[in-house]
Amino acid sequence: MIPEEEIRRTDPDLSRRMDTGGIIGTGLGAQAGVELGLEPGGGSGGGSGTGPVARSQWQLFRRRFLRHRMALISLVVLALLIVGCFGATFFAPYSKNGQDLLLGPVSPNGTHWFGTDELGRDQLSRLLYAGQLSIEIGITVALLSTILGTAMGAIAGYFGRTTDQALMRFTDLFLIVPDIAILALALAYFGQANITIILVLAGIFWMGIARVMRGQVLSLKEKEFVEAARAAGASPLRIITRHILPNTIGTIMVDATLAVAAAIITESTLSFLGFGVQPPNTSWGKMLSDAEGYVGTSKAYLLYFPGFAILLTVLAVNFVGDGLRDAFDPQSGRG
Amino acid sequence: MLSFLGRRVLFTIPVVLIASFVLFIFVRATFDPTAQLRSSHADSASVAREKERLGLDRPVVVQYGDWLGKFVHGDWGQSERTREPVFGMIRRALWYTVQLIFWGILLSATVSIFVGVYSAVKQYSPLDYTFTGLAFVGLALPPFWFGLIAIEFLAVQPVNWFHLQEPIFSFVGLHSGDSTGFNLDYVRHLALPVLTLTVQIIASWSRFQRAAMLDVLQSDYIRTARAKGVPRRQVIVKHGLRNALIPLVTVMALDIGALFGGLIITETIFSIPGMGRLFYESLLAGDATVLVAWTVVTALFIVAFNLLADVLYGVLDPRVRMA
Repeated sequence: MIPEEEIRRTDPDLSRRMDTGGIIGTGLGAQAGVELGLEPGGGSGGGSGTGPVARSQWQLFRRRFLRHRMALISLVVLALLIVGCFGATFFAPYSKNGQDLLLGPVSPNGTHWFGTDELGRDQLSRLLYAGQLSIEIGITVALLSTILGTAMGAIAGYFGRTTDQALMRFTDLFLIVPDIAILALALAYFGQANITIILVLAGIFWMGIARVMRGQVLSLKEKEFVEAARAAGASPLRIITRHILPNTIGTIMVDATLAVAAAIITESTLSFLGFGVQPPNTSWGKMLSDAEGYVGTSKAYLLYFPGFAILLTVLAVNFVGDGLRDAFDPQSGRG
Repeated sequence: MLSFLGRRVLFTIPVVLIASFVLFIFVRATFDPTAQLRSSHADSASVAREKERLGLDRPVVVQYGDWLGKFVHGDWGQSERTREPVFGMIRRALWYTVQLIFWGILLSATVSIFVGVYSAVKQYSPLDYTFTGLAFVGLALPPFWFGLIAIEFLAVQPVNWFHLQEPIFSFVGLHSGDSTGFNLDYVRHLALPVLTLTVQIIASWSRFQRAAMLDVLQSDYIRTARAKGVPRRQVIVKHGLRNALIPLVTVMALDIGALFGGLIITETIFSIPGMGRLFYESLLAGDATVLVAWTVVTALFIVAFNLLADVLYGVLDPRVRMA
């Protein structure tokens, strides 16, 4: 057990948490906090390593997540972005493709907050509509690749041998060619419909998640509780879904969150290069691709907002991922 | 060490061979080398003749074997876009790419090690918080957007703001006019592309270096060294940093692929005729011969960098050599 002073000296952040922690606000001191599993830094020395032993895992998780200020702010930002983009029909000041050729390109002003492009299309409205596709691709790709990656990783890790070798050697192949190159080639082959973009991105993204999952399952399957389940006659399917996967929920959720961010950036990069989203569809990356030529001209404002939208979204998603990581595994969160 | 390296080389050969086979089939299935001829409304007989000349009428495995035999002899075929030998095109492009990769890795490694070590040693200091914030932004920045914004605010706009004769940083190519070699002109051309290429990597490596360093600094041998009275600087650099570099090398090796991918964006934005731009132009033109050679050469490069990482690993951690 690390003495309280030692924790406070080496980790002011933790010290602050000790002081503000709701559970230990009763004057029981940090000792009680550790015992309740608030911070297993010193308390869980002989524990199973799967996190704090607590009365309610979910309560502790929620408490830790809510204390991560940036994650909370980010959650609000994301909610606003999603409501704004998917409610564009209500919120957008102009229609998606409404042109005003007589107006032409005007810099941001009172009537057109983000300005208009050469066809007189309101950029704020376009930004909101384009966000629909960007966010949609990000979330769908993350969902699909997490499901596939988790399943593949769990199967490979649990059954080992040939299955495992097959998965690892297969994913090795994709490590030696840049993702962007494979994705661009694949999109040239399969076409660039929105659903194809989603499937192709997920087809690459699941591999990273599978490799992480495999590692987790490899170590978890040696634990006593899995052995006990096996001895009790549980089927592999039951062991994986009931005993192993619940213990990896933290990793899965963090990975899924970070995959949303990665998918949004990758899609925008591909669309920027012209290999991704095709007109009449538009995404933030596509808007930037259209505005690329305006660097250094008076219409450079067309470049600012879509890029800023990507930055804001990805930043918020990453902060939420960070908050989730801290909440699920307080020990790793201080990196 | 040698046998360790030998085993690694032997292990990677089948991976590269299989990868090149898969890519060969994939690219050939996507792009038809006779597409140009077809679109020029040639009669079916001449299309068939061309197919026979290129060997496209034979089974794909035979084609691959044929291609591989020629490839190892330096005969990489002829570009369908420019009608040039592919070998020469890739050799020329590689020179630019090697420069970008070299300066890119040098910059990212130096900056991230300094930032990472500083942040770990002065954890929770104002500068550590600043670096953390910057890293979060750097990780969320789409690199291509960063490149465009850098051109706008570091090259184009300063001319208006400060009434300059010409931009401080150039954003076309790696040299202007007849200038060659390492000089001020080169640095002014290099600054923005290398920054665009590395912004995400610096953000991620410095975070990683910070975490690794924090981890090491908490270990018992650091406490022992301190208790013995080893000077602080020596504890940090010799005992701490040397051990904290080991995980960083792993991450560096893994990120080389991403660095090559980043070249496609960087070289396209900054008009540098390297490998990334070659890929971009070849893909737009559907130039299958170049694309096959490109992917295989890139794969070889990434594998070579991974081997280099293994060597570094062995240098940093003697235990690896024994295994």
